[in-house]
Amino acid sequence: MSATWLEGLSPRHMIFLGVILAALLIAPWLVNDYLLTVLIVILYFAYTGQAWNIMMGFAGQLSLGHAIYAGIGGYVAAVLFTRYGVGPWLGFLVAIPVCAACGAVIGFLAFRFGVSGVYFAILTIAFAEFARIGFDHLDFVNASAGLFLPVKQYAYNDLWRLRGSPRMFYYVILAATVFALILSRLLLRSRMGYFWLAIREDEQAARAAGIDTFRYKMYAVMISAAVTSFAGVFYAFFYNNLFPEQVFNISRSIEMILGPIIGGIGTLFGPILGAFVLTGLAESVTSALAAFGVDLPGAKQIFYGICLLLVVVALPEGIWPWLARRLGVGERNR
Amino acid sequence: MTALLSLDRVSKRFRGLLAVDAVSFDVPEGVIFAVIGPNGAGKTTLFNMIAGAMTLDDGAIAFAGEQIGGLTPDAVCRRGVARTFQLVRPFPALSVEDNVVIGALLRHRGVGAARERALAVLRRLDLFDKRHQIAATLTLPDRKRLEVARALATEPKLLLLDEVMAGLRPTETDRMVATLREINRESGLTILLIEHVMRAVMALAARVLVLDHGVAIAAGTPEDVVRDPAVVRSYLGAEAL
Repeated sequence: MSATWLEGLSPRHMIFLGVILAALLIAPWLVNDYLLTVLIVILYFAYTGQAWNIMMGFAGQLSLGHAIYAGIGGYVAAVLFTRYGVGPWLGFLVAIPVCAACGAVIGFLAFRFGVSGVYFAILTIAFAEFARIGFDHLDFVNASAGLFLPVKQYAYNDLWRLRGSPRMFYYVILAATVFALILSRLLLRSRMGYFWLAIREDEQAARAAGIDTFRYKMYAVMISAAVTSFAGVFYAFFYNNLFPEQVFNISRSIEMILGPIIGGIGTLFGPILGAFVLTGLAESVTSALAAFGVDLPGAKQIFYGICLLLVVVALPEGIWPWLARRLGVGERNR
Repeated sequence: MTALLSLDRVSKRFRGLLAVDAVSFDVPEGVIFAVIGPNGAGKTTLFNMIAGAMTLDDGAIAFAGEQIGGLTPDAVCRRGVARTFQLVRPFPALSVEDNVVIGALLRHRGVGAARERALAVLRRLDLFDKRHQIAATLTLPDRKRLEVARALATEPKLLLLDEVMAGLRPTETDRMVATLREINRESGLTILLIEHVMRAVMALAARVLVLDHGVAIAAGTPEDVVRDPAVVRSYLGAEAL
């Protein structure tokens, strides 16, 4: 197991990743509070994009309701914290099986009864909407009034309880993003990863090659859901509030998948690049507009739309495969 | 010789149409066995039932002494029956090598061991030099060879080939025939093929079964079968008599 996750990387890959990691590690000491928040949001989407990519990019199962896993993950950890004083990391350990179980239920219903393609995607939306309306009426979690975590000024950073400065949160989400990248790479290079690619490419041919496609699709949904759950835990403790109307909203699900689509579905680095391009440029556009005294509500959404349009037309595989070829740091398997 | 694959009165009905009507035959171990017949004779239906892609309405299919009729395609493959598709379906965005690695992973838990096995199969099928190409960019003859390679990588006891020569030029057909014969001779692999190309059937098959309108009308060596009047009438056309 020594360095399996580095296996097969060229020196050029190492330098590329090393430079980016070094830049991200020192970034919070160079930027102002506003930019730090932007970076946290970027890494949040880099993380969720990778989690979604496991299911769609690797196994070819389109989920348009991934907010359900982030939402439930966040609610599990927040309820345990506010009601029972259980810390976020233990809460995360509970959120993992809960979200994996949710994924298993959705996956089982779909895959057992042959629901696939767009119909599967619609089913995932339906479940996320079901969760949104359900939580909106669930008094145990304060229903539509929202769940709040106690906020005080903290003299020091408490990593164990996830209470502290934005800088601490930045490093937490950076570590999670790096972890997700390593996990994605290990998964993609594993036996299961190859089976996922086979299912994505041609499910019938995959079955003819002896792959139990039901089982491996179930694993994909469950792993993707479990990884996404941490995003919810992070969200809950960073923003200190959860509203069903917000966290389960279909816009959250769409925002999660824009990064990987723009960066490159099925690639390892695409979701990360996509998050930087999309959120980074969107924030720049909004602040540039603000600097010129223009206040346009919805400018960000229009910008997302333009980005998506440009990528779909010019680089349908995403920006990353194109950029990686130019940098000489291409990936296999794609 | 014992029968590796044994079909007993296998039938398949599509609404009113009896696509396969109580067909029985045995494929002995180590033999190349061909199923021929005009279009719509029920060859592919028969083939899909063996491979688990279709359920049977009646009858039984035994493979290596075990009933496999009604199993799912992946379960059939895990028992040692690998197939190719009439319309080739490689994994298009993956490299030639990864296509075959996926097949080899059925019997190998480690990716490294599967890759070794895959490379050996690729050499066997003359695809080694093209292993880094993306499958979608291959020519049709190479895609057909890739299908055979992926199936072989699952280490089957029985290889089902669905019109693997269709669309190939005569020289490519001869090349495929030579490869299949060598594999059969070297490893004793049993092969069941559905074929339209009589040139290939005559060169390859030790035994031939002729289907017409879902019924087995003749069986025997290729030489016997092409002389059978019933076969000539239905398959080659009555005017050929």
